Amino acid sequence: MEDAVSKKNQRWAFIIIGFFALVSVLTYAHNEYYIYLSAYLWFGLIYGMCLQYGRFCFASAFRDLFAVGVPRMVVGIMIATILFSFVSAFVTATGMSTFHSAPTSIHATVAGLIFGIGMVFAGGCASGSLYKTGEGNGVALMVVLSISVTQAIFVDIGGWFNKLVPQSWHESALAKKLPAVINAGDGWVDQYLAGYVWNQPIKKFSEMLGLKDASVAGALLGDFLVGVVLPAAVLLLVVYFFWVRNNYRKKLTKERGDHLTFKDELAGYWGMIMSSKRTAVAGLFLGIACGLQMFVIEGLRIKFGVKNAGALLSKMGHDFGLSINGTVFDPGYWYVTTQEAQWVGWVFNKLGWNNMDNIYFGLNNGIPNPAINPADWMSLALIGGAAVMALLSNEFKFKKPTMELATWAIIGGFFMGIGSRLGLGCNVGAFFVRVAMGDASGWLFGLGMIGGAFIGVKFFNWWTERKMAKEMAAMNF
Amino acid sequence: MAMKFERQAEGRFLLDVQGYVCPHPQIYTKKALEKMKSGDVLEIIFDNPSSSESIAAMIDSMGNELIEQNRSGGKFDWKIRKG
Repeated sequence: MEDAVSKKNQRWAFIIIGFFALVSVLTYAHNEYYIYLSAYLWFGLIYGMCLQYGRFCFASAFRDLFAVGVPRMVVGIMIATILFSFVSAFVTATGMSTFHSAPTSIHATVAGLIFGIGMVFAGGCASGSLYKTGEGNGVALMVVLSISVTQAIFVDIGGWFNKLVPQSWHESALAKKLPAVINAGDGWVDQYLAGYVWNQPIKKFSEMLGLKDASVAGALLGDFLVGVVLPAAVLLLVVYFFWVRNNYRKKLTKERGDHLTFKDELAGYWGMIMSSKRTAVAGLFLGIACGLQMFVIEGLRIKFGVKNAGALLSKMGHDFGLSINGTVFDPGYWYVTTQEAQWVGWVFNKLGWNNMDNIYFGLNNGIPNPAINPADWMSLALIGGAAVMALLSNEFKFKKPTMELATWAIIGGFFMGIGSRLGLGCNVGAFFVRVAMGDASGWLFGLGMIGGAFIGVKFFNWWTERKMAKEMAAMNF
Repeated sequence: MAMKFERQAEGRFLLDVQGYVCPHPQIYTKKALEKMKSGDVLEIIFDNPSSSESIAAMIDSMGNELIEQNRSGGKFDWKIRKG
């Protein structure tokens, strides 16, 4: 039995939507360039609503499969990825894509592994922690803080950490002849990026098949069909055979007493796909919205004659925190972790830390005021969208973290922060978006996340077993 | 609030995991069910909405039966009969 949605909850949901609408209208009235930030805002709101409705958390995909044998989130993510890839294939084919491929090498898998361990400890991935914050979850808020602070420190850390940099990375970073103010020979992450990651090849499925990615054949056949649909179908088959089929066979044998036919197998596979309608529906809307966001942002760039939001902020008189290239972080699609690093980076900078002498902030992303950072508008609206859905389904509840969960949140956020900077993104930027765009590095990051989830689950199985044993001893079980 | 697993009567158990986030509610539910006998009833109380879909799917795939579902103010109170 479910309780009716209270008037108070409905009122708060309308207040949140009304607030975002007011922000969009008033800022547009002040300067039309703000519509660019509002586009990010409304897509963020949609993402938050979809994530909360579908309980859509990348952490639960392989974690719940390994821990409790539930495949619903693997299925949901694959549905969302396929749809996102399908929509974005058209966007790419028309030359409207905002996507930039990432270098492909083992670093993506190592980063995914560290990130995967972190997301199991934290109880949610980077995007999952944002939407759970919108449900009033204090643990999730601590995870967001931990990811943000870890990244902001990690990208500017030098000193003793420079000793851990291989000489070849150091020399290669210096050979890039980056502007002196960036000081590329100092800082672990700078030398990792300029001395190692940038030297790795970019591998898109379309190009590996000899097709041009910004063409119908390249985008639809190479990146979408070969790069996404086929691997996703194989992955789901593996999940069906190793995690679903056994229980399905037992159930059917109990009911009918005979063996599985091919038709039964197909029904079982389809049953797995449809096992959670909420997740599947959320995946469908997420996939479509992600593709559309690229189209809308690129359209606005063309309308305003810019290639990056930094130019718009500059035209509006906000030139603090722009990178030396005059840019700010402006992916043009769904992203989570960089804007989290940026707002803490901005705070640190205001407190007197010169953190613009590195590649991450100083050369690429900047540290604009969070109040005018497009990607921050997206993340704040994502939290708001999740809060609206949680309020309208009576699932909003303020929850204070316990000491145990706060510890896991900080540790998990730390690992996710490190993993996302090593992988140049999180479960969204480094996995979901890259896989959907036919970038091979996305699958490598995903493989690492699976390994990380396995390790995290092993740890929690041990931890929870200890606690259960204590409870059972107390009741002489 | 700490996790609580207790016997309320013969064949009836309570698992209270309020305050816990993923993956704790689903892992504790699985472990509790594994320790019970067929036909026993487990009442679980949790307040992490994300766990609800996973717990429901797990109950079904393990051949157990969800016999009662109540939800109030973000709190989920479910009863499961072990299959």
